[in-house]
Amino acid sequence: MPKLKLIKRENESTMARLVVPVLSIIMAFGCGWIFLALSGYYPEVVFTKMFNGALGSPYAISETIVKAVPLMITGLAISLAFKMKLWNIGAEGQIYMGAFAASGIALALGNGSPYILIPLMMIAGFAAGALWGLIPGLLKAYWQVNETIITLMLNYIAIYWVDYLVFGPWKDPNSMGFPLTPIFSPAAQLPTWGDSRVHLGLVLAGIIAISFYLIVQYTRWGYEVRVIGESSQAARYAGMNVARNIMLVMLISGGIAGIAGMVEVAGITHRLQQGLSPGYGYTAIIVTWLARLNPFVIIIVAFLFGALLVGGFAVQIVGVSFSITQILQGTILFFLLAGEIFLRYKLVLVREEAD
Amino acid sequence: MKLKKFTVLILVAMLLSVFVIGCGNDAKTDSEPPAEQSEAIKVGWVYIGVPGDYGWTYAHDQGRAYLEDQIPGVESIVLENVPEGADAERSFEQLAQEGCSIIFGTSFGYGDAMLAVAEKYPDVKFMHATGLQTADNLSTYFGRIYQARYLSGMVAGAMTENNTMGYVAAFPIPEVIRGINAFTLGAQSVNPDVTVKVVWTNTWFDPAKEKEAAKSLLEAGCDVIAQHQDTTEPQVAAEEAGKYCVGYNNDMHEFAPEGNLTSPIWNWGPYYVNTIQAVIDGTWASESYWGGIDEEIVDLAPISDKVPATVTEQVEAKKEALKNKQWDVFTGPIMAQDGTEKAAEGQVLTDAEMLSMDWFVAGVEGSI
Repeated sequence: MPKLKLIKRENESTMARLVVPVLSIIMAFGCGWIFLALSGYYPEVVFTKMFNGALGSPYAISETIVKAVPLMITGLAISLAFKMKLWNIGAEGQIYMGAFAASGIALALGNGSPYILIPLMMIAGFAAGALWGLIPGLLKAYWQVNETIITLMLNYIAIYWVDYLVFGPWKDPNSMGFPLTPIFSPAAQLPTWGDSRVHLGLVLAGIIAISFYLIVQYTRWGYEVRVIGESSQAARYAGMNVARNIMLVMLISGGIAGIAGMVEVAGITHRLQQGLSPGYGYTAIIVTWLARLNPFVIIIVAFLFGALLVGGFAVQIVGVSFSITQILQGTILFFLLAGEIFLRYKLVLVREEAD
Repeated sequence: MKLKKFTVLILVAMLLSVFVIGCGNDAKTDSEPPAEQSEAIKVGWVYIGVPGDYGWTYAHDQGRAYLEDQIPGVESIVLENVPEGADAERSFEQLAQEGCSIIFGTSFGYGDAMLAVAEKYPDVKFMHATGLQTADNLSTYFGRIYQARYLSGMVAGAMTENNTMGYVAAFPIPEVIRGINAFTLGAQSVNPDVTVKVVWTNTWFDPAKEKEAAKSLLEAGCDVIAQHQDTTEPQVAAEEAGKYCVGYNNDMHEFAPEGNLTSPIWNWGPYYVNTIQAVIDGTWASESYWGGIDEEIVDLAPISDKVPATVTEQVEAKKEALKNKQWDVFTGPIMAQDGTEKAAEGQVLTDAEMLSMDWFVAGVEGSI
């Protein structure tokens, strides 16, 4: 009996790189089209609304950017760890820790100057996220503890820590018992562009992307990170300090994710609250992976993801229910990710004897 | 490196072109939905859950259906499952941009978002269910569900065998605390020895968590389960354990046919009709509406036939007293959990006191 097997492609052909994503998208929308038609909707109306809701007006684009900014920053944070094959899936918790520390500064020093307050919040957000990244980094560097498990577990601790604060000591006395901190003073809120909700976080995302690109490509340390990612044995043989780099990368990765949490509280919600991140730390993993760890591509893919989420939400306006919306978004993602698989691997028929 | 960027560019281009093709087709097809009528009034709805919860959101959606039935020109735009966070503001703004004359938001946590968008769109009217803050174009509306909860507490208090009841509760905010207190006072009125154990889920809508909370109360020995949650799961948990339960929002009898005793229920339809009629007539004005059982915005679902007729008669008598406004639930003497007196004999708590309630009555086991 012959079997189907996935074999990693040694080199991906240019043709495939062009055709596969295009095909994936066409198939995704084709499938969505049929599904919508069968469900009794007007696919052209739904897709038009999806487009307009995400990109059809300056307001729509601004909201897509608002949704994309935390994905951009978190995606960049994750990409650095992934570059060294450190599976940091703890960005969600690092976001919460960053948001917690930044909120602490905002609540404690509420009436200071924004020129002092905002940088302080940024430093605090980075530090708290960095600490949350450093813990699994230390464990990995010295005792080879699996970082995937530790980062995942730390997510829950961070989320429940924030829950504790907003339900307990940090609860706004005027919220009538609802789990929210008081609103930050205007000095602790990020400046926004016009009357949209697009805030300084977008600029930060750009700066981080450029810095990452330059550091990883052009510095000695960036070279070490890349080599360790390819083979930690070879790196060790070449005299590189692998343990130190594991800790450093996890620290920076966590810190940048902490910045994502900081910009979300300082730029959007203006207070710490439950459910601050609707899973940005996990969505960003998909973003990073689809972007193949390239910092500039992460920015673009995060923007497209924002468009998918915001546009998907908007289609409810033409009467499509929430569950149908989710199926639609899921379909598009499914085809995109499946396309990636066929880009990186090929399906071959093998005879059983060959195993 | 260059190649990857190129691939992504192509990807973006394709995404855009597919959308554009979609837009292009739009004009050609003759299968478009009917064009809107000029006299139509667009009404926006932002739901915290989905109508399929058979609870809170279902009750509002029934109200919306009733409204569309009664006033033919109403065209609804519904946004479901909108979380109480960064996404809420966009939802309200999108509905305002779609040309809605009036937008209903049905969860407490939408307050910030509704206030912000109401300021940006002074010509659009906003209606915040269970909210606290009002503005010139932002009303709050709610019902005195605590009256129906008191009545349901009377039923439950008469049916408990070990005098221990459980209450699956959402958030420790006055709305929920008031309901727990009313339920407890109702139960104590027929059974002074009863205690009510409270478990907080810190969520309005989470079927799995609600069921788990109900199970933990059942394991702690409770033989009647009441709830302030959006789904029917606590009912299901009680039914599976062979215990009694009291629903919420709608008549939840069909989800626990053996165990369900009754449910305090919402009847939003008539209020929605009045509100929209006021918008059409140009008489709408910002207000804080808090209607009682006399205005039928809240009621008690039919009581199970497992409940003795004498109890049902007692409940009916109390309901009449509430309807005639001869009596209200929070009439003294009322003792708090910590032993302090909250209302002296014959003293009635004011609306302001009820709306800021942050203490449990004696007989409740739990902390805020």
